[in-house]
Amino acid sequence: MKARRWLADRWVMGVALLVLGYLTLPIMVVAGLSFNRPSSRLSYDFNEFTLDNWKQPCATSDMCDAVVRSMQIGLIATVASTILGTLMAFALVRHSFRGRSGLNGLIFLPMATPELVMGTSLLALFVAAGVPQGFWTIVIAHVMFCMSFVVVTVKARLSGMDRRLEEAAMDLYASEWQTFRRITLPLVLPGIVAAALLAFSLSFDDFIITNFNAGTTVTFPMYVWGASQRGIPPQVNVIGTAMFVIALLLVGATSLRGRRARRAALAVVATPAGKP
Amino acid sequence: MSALAHVPTSAGKPAPPPVRRGRNRLLPYLLLLPGAAWLLVFFALPLVQLASASLYDPAGSLSTGYAMTWAFSNYPDALQAYWPQFSRSFLYSAIALVLGLLMGYPLAYAIAQKAGRWKNLLLVAVVAPMFTSFLVRTLAWKTILSDNGALVGLLRDVHLLGPDGRLLATPVAVVLGLTYNFLPFLVLPLYASLERLDPRLLEAASDLYASPVRAFAKVTLPLSMPGLIAGTLLFFIPATGDYINAELLGTPSEYMIGNVIDSAFLVRLDYPQGAALSFLLMAAILAIVFVYLRRAGTEEVL
Repeated sequence: MKARRWLADRWVMGVALLVLGYLTLPIMVVAGLSFNRPSSRLSYDFNEFTLDNWKQPCATSDMCDAVVRSMQIGLIATVASTILGTLMAFALVRHSFRGRSGLNGLIFLPMATPELVMGTSLLALFVAAGVPQGFWTIVIAHVMFCMSFVVVTVKARLSGMDRRLEEAAMDLYASEWQTFRRITLPLVLPGIVAAALLAFSLSFDDFIITNFNAGTTVTFPMYVWGASQRGIPPQVNVIGTAMFVIALLLVGATSLRGRRARRAALAVVATPAGKP
Repeated sequence: MSALAHVPTSAGKPAPPPVRRGRNRLLPYLLLLPGAAWLLVFFALPLVQLASASLYDPAGSLSTGYAMTWAFSNYPDALQAYWPQFSRSFLYSAIALVLGLLMGYPLAYAIAQKAGRWKNLLLVAVVAPMFTSFLVRTLAWKTILSDNGALVGLLRDVHLLGPDGRLLATPVAVVLGLTYNFLPFLVLPLYASLERLDPRLLEAASDLYASPVRAFAKVTLPLSMPGLIAGTLLFFIPATGDYINAELLGTPSEYMIGNVIDSAFLVRLDYPQGAALSFLLMAAILAIVFVYLRRAGTEEVL
C-alpha cells in the first residue's frame, strides 16, 4: 500500500514536471533565438551564436516604434481601466443599490465573450459612427476589456478585507475620509497594483481586438504578426526575452516587498511600546 | 495574472453585506457611472451594431455604404460557405481541451497538493510563459516543430513519423499550439480549487478502503468541480475564437472560423458576412456554455 502511494505521488509529480517543460520550452527557444544570427529572413532555425541582436535591439527601427507605441497604449489603458474598475469594485462591494446583480453580469460578460466578437463589434461601431481607427480607438478598446479584470481583482481584495480595522479607526474618531486614506486605501493597494500590472500585460499583449481597431497604427503584437509573413527579425526574440525577464523581476520584487512588509508588521507587534 | 486565479473563486463567493447602507444614496451610482457607461458604450452598444451589421444587404460594400434590409439569409449563407472552418474551430478546441485536461489536471493537483515549499515557484513557472508575447511564443513553436528540428528528427527515428512526415503545417501543430496557449487559463482556477482540498479527506477515503481511483472519483473530482468548470470555460471560449495558431502553425486547410472572420472584415471587407459569422460564433459558444453549465449543475459558478 505504501509503495503504491509512493509510486502514485511520483507519477503525478512526473507528469506535472513534463507539462511544465511543455509550458517552458517555447520561452527557452525564444531566449535561445535572441542570440541567433539567422541564415535567411524566413528561417526560424538556429544558425549561429551572436550578441548583435542584444547590442542593437532597435536595428529594425519600426519594431522599436511599435514597442514604444504598445507601452504608451498600455500605460494609458492601465491608468484609465484601473481607476474606473477600482471605483466600480468599491461600489459593488461596499454599497447596496438597485441593479447590482445586473451590473455584475455586465462586468462579467466581456471576460466570457470571445475576443474576436469584441473586436469585430467595436470595428462595426467605429465604422458606422465614422470614427477613424487608430491610436485612440485601440486605447478605448483596451480600457473596455481590461476593466473587468481590474474589477474582479480589486473586488477579491476588498471582500477579503477585515472590516473591523475601519470600524476601529472610526471609533477612534477618524473621519470617513481619514479612514479611507489611512486604512482602507493602504490595505486595498496591493490588489490595485496587481490589477494594474494585469491590465498592462493584457493590453501590451493583445492582438485580436487591436487588429480590428488599429487602422494603420502598429503595436508590437501587430508588428510581429505582419513580420511573420515577411520574415521575423531576431530582435523580436530579444524583446520577448526582455519582457519575460522584466516580468519575473517584478514578480520577485513584489513578493520580496510582501515578505518585508510582513516582517515589518511582525516587528511592530513584537515591539511593545515602540512606534514603527 | 493572479486575477485569473481569482475569477472563479470571487465570482462564486456571495458578497458580504454592505455597511454604509443608506448613508449616501448617490455615492454608489457616482462610483459606477464612468465605468458602467464605458462598458455600455464600448461593449454592449457595439454588440447591437454588430447584430444590425449582420442583417445588412450583402450586395452593399464598405465604400458605397450598406443598406439595412433585414437580410436574415446572411446567416445560412455564411454558414453554408464556411461550415468546414466553423465546425473545425469547435473540433480543434475540443481536442485541445481534452489534451489540456489530461495535462492540466495532474499539474494543478501536483502544485496544490504535492509541491510543498516549491508551490510558489511552480505557480510562477505556470504563469511565467504568459509574460512573453503570445505571438512570439507561438512563433517559437515554428522552430520547435520545424521539419529539420530535433523533435521531428526524433519522431522519424522512432518511426512515429514517416521519413517525410512533418508536424508543422498540420492539424497536430495547430492543436498543440492551442493547448499550449490556453493551458495556464485551465490550470490556475483548477489549482485554486484543488488547493482548498483537505488532504485528510483523501486519507479518510483510503482508511475506508477506497482505492485511489475511487477516492479521486468520489472526493477529489467533485470538490474540484468549480475550478474545473471555470477552467474549461476559460480555455474553451478563447480557443474557439483563436486564429493565430491556425495562421502561424497551420495552412489554409487548418483555418478556423477566426481566420475567416478576420479576412471578411479586414481583407474582403464583407462586413455583413463577417458580422453574421461573429454572431454565429458567439451564439454557438453561448449555447454550449449554457448546456454545459446546466449539465454540470453548478449555476453558482457564474
